[in-house]
Amino acid sequence: MLRRLAGALFLLWLVLTITFALIRLAPGDAATFLVPPSATAADAARLRADLGLDRSIAVQYARWAVALLHGDLGESFALHQPVARALADALPVSLGLGAASLALTFLVGVPIGLWQAVRRGKWIDYTLTMATTLVYAAPSFWLALALVAVFTYGAAAWGLPPALRLPAFAMRSPGGELHGAAAVADVIRHAILPVSILAGVGAAGIARYARSSIADVLSSDFVRTAWAKGTSPAGVYFRHVLATVAPALIVLFALSLPGLVAGSIFVEAVFAWPGMGRLMVNAIVARDYPVVMGAATIYAALVLLANLAGDLALPLVDPRRRT
Amino acid sequence: MTSATASSERSVRSLRTVDAIALTILGALVLASTVVPWLSHQDPLGIGDVLRLRLLPPATTDVNGNFHLLGTDRFGRDLFVRMMLAGRVSLAVGVAGSLLASGVGTMVGALAAWVGGAVDAVSMAIADALLALPRLVLLLVCAALWRPGLSTVVIVLVATGWMGVARLVRAEVLGVRSRPYVDAATALGASSGRVLWRHALPNAIGPAIVATTLGVGNAILLESGLSFLGIGIQPPRPSWGNMIAGGRDLIVAAPWVAIAPGFALVATVLACTLLGDTLRDRLAGETAATLRERV
Repeated sequence: MLRRLAGALFLLWLVLTITFALIRLAPGDAATFLVPPSATAADAARLRADLGLDRSIAVQYARWAVALLHGDLGESFALHQPVARALADALPVSLGLGAASLALTFLVGVPIGLWQAVRRGKWIDYTLTMATTLVYAAPSFWLALALVAVFTYGAAAWGLPPALRLPAFAMRSPGGELHGAAAVADVIRHAILPVSILAGVGAAGIARYARSSIADVLSSDFVRTAWAKGTSPAGVYFRHVLATVAPALIVLFALSLPGLVAGSIFVEAVFAWPGMGRLMVNAIVARDYPVVMGAATIYAALVLLANLAGDLALPLVDPRRRT
Repeated sequence: MTSATASSERSVRSLRTVDAIALTILGALVLASTVVPWLSHQDPLGIGDVLRLRLLPPATTDVNGNFHLLGTDRFGRDLFVRMMLAGRVSLAVGVAGSLLASGVGTMVGALAAWVGGAVDAVSMAIADALLALPRLVLLLVCAALWRPGLSTVVIVLVATGWMGVARLVRAEVLGVRSRPYVDAATALGASSGRVLWRHALPNAIGPAIVATTLGVGNAILLESGLSFLGIGIQPPRPSWGNMIAGGRDLIVAAPWVAIAPGFALVATVLACTLLGDTLRDRLAGETAATLRERV
């Protein structure tokens, strides 16, 4: 366990070092973007000195590493606030979006896969396979635009009931300050479209995987024995089939995090949600290195944590992994 | 028993239909994206009489008597011709990005397994570290650092896509290394490099080929994503991603501008995924199982 943790920490350090190296290798630094066009060369040099960009890469790396160990992620060049603050504002938005989507992904994806495996070869299986493969192949930003066209503009144009007219922009309604339950309901309404995109794409992938692995289990001897014993369908599917594929699904849970991160970057871009993805894209365009580094740190830590959690959860559902 | 055999035969036959459809889609797209911009007398990049030509709906004929199958965009350029021109870029970037990434990955993986020691440890540590970052995040970091454009996108796809294949090939080469035919080749006096190139690699390359096929669709998706965010292929050169981005704020007034390129994108990625799935299923049992987890 300790070795696992040490391994994960070493990987995290390696990721950060590689990111640091990549960013410093690129032509053009933040100062070229921050100085106004009218500034003289001396102004630019002073700015570089202020930001510490005039020192050697080794010194910059050492400073950055020491600060990081103190929990200091530096000051954003473009936002004029500490990186930690910007990240702390953005992270809960993305985590909320991600957690809701991940939960829905599995709640929807696994039953679809199970249903397909049980009805294997029937028309419902073909239909669902076609649907999941299509959604899986479609880019999330395009699906997002299509949903916006239908539920935001289309709903208004075709006179759908107001409940189906969903907001397509930002996290809260502009202007009016809402409190308590009304504020929560407002955020939830704004979250419906982004979460359905992320959960839909995720569920399609999970269903594809669950279908093939459950189909394998369904044709195995112990399932036939369970049927022969007169076990109820619920007993067979839950006690025997789902219990067998659960470890694989848990691994998948951890592995689906990077895909979710990627999806959320696009979804946040389309729906203008102030999350990590938008923060990072804006920081990249502005060459705001400290924010890019900070966001990369968080993403890497999240993925490594998810893998670690997957490893820890495996023995709980798979008795063979208990030592 | 008979019903089980019949259903498996049916699934094999339907698999072939699916592959035929996938190949047809890809073939048609390649053909159309090669021929259409070349045959068309309309300039897909030039901007003409914007006021009279812009945002024509699909299947209309404009004032000059030109027929627009998919309509026109905000600058009055024919969407179909642009989409096919974009197809050249997207397909080329996808194939080149995936092939080159697999090439680099195969080289790294094979060398790591063959040489072992520090080379193995260092290259696999780097691969693991890069795999720990979501590929899109890595892609964004790299893509934004250099001047956006076609070659940047391909380089970045390679830089962020070689690790999976490297791990696959390394595992396969390690498995093959102790086979009798490798010993036999060495005993016959073949050099280490020759044994690796002529004997070990050809037997270890199967999973990498599957990963490459599946990677093409993935690379096309990533390219379109970067272009959508504005750090991939730059307008006026069209790519499916930046065409969708261009139609984003027209989603009410002229939904076809954003929707049409998306269909081309989905069809291509779908075809690549289906072909990759088939290739994977055709591989021998145990490798297929490990692949399913890895790819």
